[in-house]
Amino acid sequence: MSGASEGSPGPAESLSARRAFRRNLDKVYGWYTAGFLVFVLALAVFEQMGLSRRWIGIIFLLATLLLYAGIGIMSRTTDAVEYYVAGRRVPAVYNGMATGADWMSAASFISLAGTLYLTGYSGLAFIMGWTGGYCLVALFLAPYLRKFGQFTIPDFLGARYGGNVPRFLGILAAILCSFIYVVAQIYGVGLITSRLTGVAFELGIFLGLGGILVCSFLGGMRAVTWTQVTQYIVLITAYLLPVIWLSVKQTGVPVPQAIYGFQLEKVTALEKRLTADPGEAEVREIFRKRSAELAEKLKDPRAALRSDKADAMKKSAELKAAHAPDSDIVAAEKALYGLPKDEAAALKTWTAARAVADAKAKPLNGMPLHGQQFSGDPKGTPAEQLEFEVSRRNFLALIFCLMLGTAALPHILMRYYTTPSVKEARESVSWSLFFIFLLYFTAPALAVLVKYEVFQVLVGTPFDQLPQWMLAWSKVDPNLLAVVDVNHDNILQLNELTIDGDIIVLATPEIGGLPYVVSGLVAAGGLAAALSTADGLLLTIASALSHDLYYKMIDPNASTARRVTISKMLLLIVALSAAYLAAQKPADILFLVSAAFSFAAAAFFPALTLGIFWKRATGLAASLGMVFGLGITFFYMMTTQPWLRHIFGVTSPVVLWWDIQPISAGVFGVVLGFIVIVVVSLLTPAPGKAVEDLVDFVRYPRLDDQ
Amino acid sequence: MPHGDNAQGQSRRRYWRSNLRLTAGLLSIWFVATFVVSYHARDLNFSFFGWPFSFWMGAQGSLAIYCFIVWFYGWYMGRLDILHGFEEREE
Repeated sequence: MSGASEGSPGPAESLSARRAFRRNLDKVYGWYTAGFLVFVLALAVFEQMGLSRRWIGIIFLLATLLLYAGIGIMSRTTDAVEYYVAGRRVPAVYNGMATGADWMSAASFISLAGTLYLTGYSGLAFIMGWTGGYCLVALFLAPYLRKFGQFTIPDFLGARYGGNVPRFLGILAAILCSFIYVVAQIYGVGLITSRLTGVAFELGIFLGLGGILVCSFLGGMRAVTWTQVTQYIVLITAYLLPVIWLSVKQTGVPVPQAIYGFQLEKVTALEKRLTADPGEAEVREIFRKRSAELAEKLKDPRAALRSDKADAMKKSAELKAAHAPDSDIVAAEKALYGLPKDEAAALKTWTAARAVADAKAKPLNGMPLHGQQFSGDPKGTPAEQLEFEVSRRNFLALIFCLMLGTAALPHILMRYYTTPSVKEARESVSWSLFFIFLLYFTAPALAVLVKYEVFQVLVGTPFDQLPQWMLAWSKVDPNLLAVVDVNHDNILQLNELTIDGDIIVLATPEIGGLPYVVSGLVAAGGLAAALSTADGLLLTIASALSHDLYYKMIDPNASTARRVTISKMLLLIVALSAAYLAAQKPADILFLVSAAFSFAAAAFFPALTLGIFWKRATGLAASLGMVFGLGITFFYMMTTQPWLRHIFGVTSPVVLWWDIQPISAGVFGVVLGFIVIVVVSLLTPAPGKAVEDLVDFVRYPRLDDQ
Repeated sequence: MPHGDNAQGQSRRRYWRSNLRLTAGLLSIWFVATFVVSYHARDLNFSFFGWPFSFWMGAQGSLAIYCFIVWFYGWYMGRLDILHGFEEREE
């Protein structure tokens, strides 16, 4: 990595120096990619020679963590321009790759294909939302922020709107969005590390944290950028390889993205067959009865619990009296102890069990038809028409929030400060989107191929011939994968299989029958995705605190070295507190990640775009717009989302506005933010000439009189 | 910074107006590919190489259009910079 870290020319470097730098980068990363492939092949050979799975996992973990840490150490710096914006010399292609890795988190890598598997068409909201947002980045933000050429997003708010209030609101919002996001990444790191090596979850978190810290702690944006490029190469290889393999296995064509339309047709035919299958109908009927029983119990949980206890005790006593085999007695005692402790616990357990039974009483395990757009029926009964309208409206609202959130997340926007010029910033967005596109247009293919495999191959298998990987995963955690022969016919029906979306990607190599080394590679890819995003987020938080809060607001005379040192200290504190929170395994982590998009969209998008495109926008208006936008988003989530309602003790009945789900609360925040900024700007005096000059400065790539 | 009459002021206005036109044009393509197609998803259900058309648009077509929008913007703006004399100098 010498080209990336040492002997590189300063920011005001010549064109030829930049070309030489670029050539050197190409060479370094070319060798690195080749070396990585050789490493994977060597492990595959060792696996054939008998290297155990556990060791393969450990080698993958250590090798990648050491690599990332090594780059961090080689790129260490205390120079502010290097630390905050990697010296502004990252070529467009490499910044694109780094942005890709920064962007694609554990959620994209691990959960996206699983979500598509479970929800079919409605999951495409994430695919469109998380890519289409880059159009907004390109058209409205990246080139102008690059021309502005400072360090952070609050920097822009502070300069454009004047004074510390907009800057401070920017700091608050940046920390709010980034912190909830980083907790989720560290959680993902813990999950993958513990799966890969078998260490405890908490230990996994701290191992991963070490990798994150060495990198961003020593070298800031410079180290993070060059590490993210290597991480992108790991994660995209790990994502594409198993899908291509699965595609060859099913269709003989190694381009899954082009061919899976035909697999989707087959899946649709299988969906029809499975819905009509008598074995499936039998299982559904059993679950329908189970749900009805639970509903009966829930009417009077106290009495139901009492009678359950009495029954269990009676049974155990009977077995003992009849000298039944020990194993039967133990099972009966277990059932007795397994009963809910009190009425409240019973209520919770049975409600959850009933929801599961309800889903499994539906055809296809409660999954919608894969290719069907929206639920309900526009030509059906009024209730069906309403369901159709609402599901379509929420689909569009979610896309809207994800797109505007993408275009407003500070850790992504910051990356465009690192390119050498405005022109390269524009090109860099193209490269970012292209590298993200590679993963995102593969995920729907992966979901369909896995679904075909499950419907065609797994379903109908006798229970004693189930593949080994299913047993292994259900042993890891029954919540991830479970099979129960509900109707005792010794054949697996679809509704007897419970599969969590999060293991679809991780289990794909095993589903496709690939050697274990590919599973290790996929896990390493997931780890790279989580680590790279966490790096970018931590850096954003630390910069907001050290650069914006400390340097710009508290001590403007602080020396560069002092600022960078403070940033490093803060990074450590933030990382440790995020790890602490992640170790608590917070319940609604996925909701929180999506909420970050709504918050970012509501807080930043109106103020940033109007700041560039409308000279009349005033400082007071921007501050009020941010406050109202964030405020209404927060209020809507707090009063409608079950988990937040519980935390804030909200007891009033849930009132949904236009039936919009809490995850898309940003819709209201963005609209209100725009309205407030426009109205208040027109009511307050126009900003002065300095602001006008600043706006002109960011609009034109080069002005001669400046 | 003088605006109105001098040559630089005029070329600024022309540059910025072209930029706004381009931005608006690309944004409307973005809007149609995303929201108009998704709104009518149920009706755009004809088979397209095996996919229902709107499914293909959501999973691949719109993504390709986004890539095109971003690439075209960068390419066109680069030309516009040179045409109006705002391109960055390579030292």
